[in-house]
Amino acid sequence: MLNLSLKQLSQQLREKAFSSEELTRFFLDRIKKHNDRLNAFITINEEESLSMAKKADITIANGNQSLFTGIPIAQKDIFCADGWRTTCGSKMLENFVAPYNATVIQNFNDAGAINLGKTNMDEFAMGSSNETSYFGAVKNPWNLECVPGGSSGGSASAVAARLAPAATGTDTGGSIRQPASLCGFTGLKPTYGLVSRYGMIAFASSLDQAGPMAPSAEDCAMMLNVMASHDIKDSTSLPHPKEDYMTSLGDSIDGLRIGIPKEFFGEGLDSEVQKIIEDAILEYQKMGAEIVDISLPNSELAIPGLLCHCAC
Amino acid sequence: MTISQEDIKKIAHLARINISSDESILLEKKLTGIMELIDQMQKVDTDGVEPMSHALNISQPLRADQVTESDIRKKTMPLAPETQESLFIVPQVIE
Repeated sequence: MLNLSLKQLSQQLREKAFSSEELTRFFLDRIKKHNDRLNAFITINEEESLSMAKKADITIANGNQSLFTGIPIAQKDIFCADGWRTTCGSKMLENFVAPYNATVIQNFNDAGAINLGKTNMDEFAMGSSNETSYFGAVKNPWNLECVPGGSSGGSASAVAARLAPAATGTDTGGSIRQPASLCGFTGLKPTYGLVSRYGMIAFASSLDQAGPMAPSAEDCAMMLNVMASHDIKDSTSLPHPKEDYMTSLGDSIDGLRIGIPKEFFGEGLDSEVQKIIEDAILEYQKMGAEIVDISLPNSELAIPGLLCHCAC
Repeated sequence: MTISQEDIKKIAHLARINISSDESILLEKKLTGIMELIDQMQKVDTDGVEPMSHALNISQPLRADQVTESDIRKKTMPLAPETQESLFIVPQVIE
């Protein structure tokens, strides 16, 4: 259970190698054992998680399962989940029990996934180190002296320490991508409007977007299949037909053109980070991708634009 | 544009927050930093650049003016520390 991908977990559940209840208990036990040190979760509701797992096991026994049935997912504490305390990392919402489901939560529930718990985050998502949470700082499991990044740092820490098979995050100006990078796994900020923001506590509404955080691109694609949906309750939701993000996973990237903006390699770039990126570019070249040097001359305005936008 | 200690005091007064003199100096630095970012953006030549309201070509959707939500009062009332029938009780703020 510890190292299986989401797809493999789904297969094992279908083949009854273990039940959803066993799987959910396995991760709840890991959370109990390690959360004191990592502080990745704000709220655990063992009773509710196990009750969801038992329902999933009935669905599987009846042969009505879908790909996500019975898989536990950690949810960033920015998503309202009916009956669950939803704090957004703030004292102001310390006792707030959400009276309805965010669309992201609803989509996972409809897919048969298990809510494993609510993960820690920078207060109201305003931060990039997870040190601003009212519920205390989150630690990076690779080195407890390091931050996990943020604002989806609880989700990042939980995925990296395998306290959950995968987690959700939200990203306004890097809050999925940066902690995923700092904790060494895959995180995706989807195209704006692909995932509904209904029930997701707002930071800068025209930039906020929810996305998956998981060990692999395949896991993220499987999660995005559930998360992306057109939602009439979010006026910025794209009227986009459902896509299957898993179909192209194994395709060749021969001939794919990848632009490398020279401005991204400017002042302040850590030499170790630069080396890793250059190695990755070489790897893509070996796989047949065409590397093109490009310029995005307004890049230096991105941070001023973001910060002023967030303050408004 | 810079922010002065007087500006900080005035903003703190308007926002009804107490700040120490140490915090005031720190806030002056931080707010001046934000102003510098705004100055940086104002220097950009935007002549002839068409205003853009959205990166994607979508328009504001409209829906029928119908009640779609169910009554969730039973779930929302217990969230407040003090209630009376269907009302939230809040501390008096106007004398």
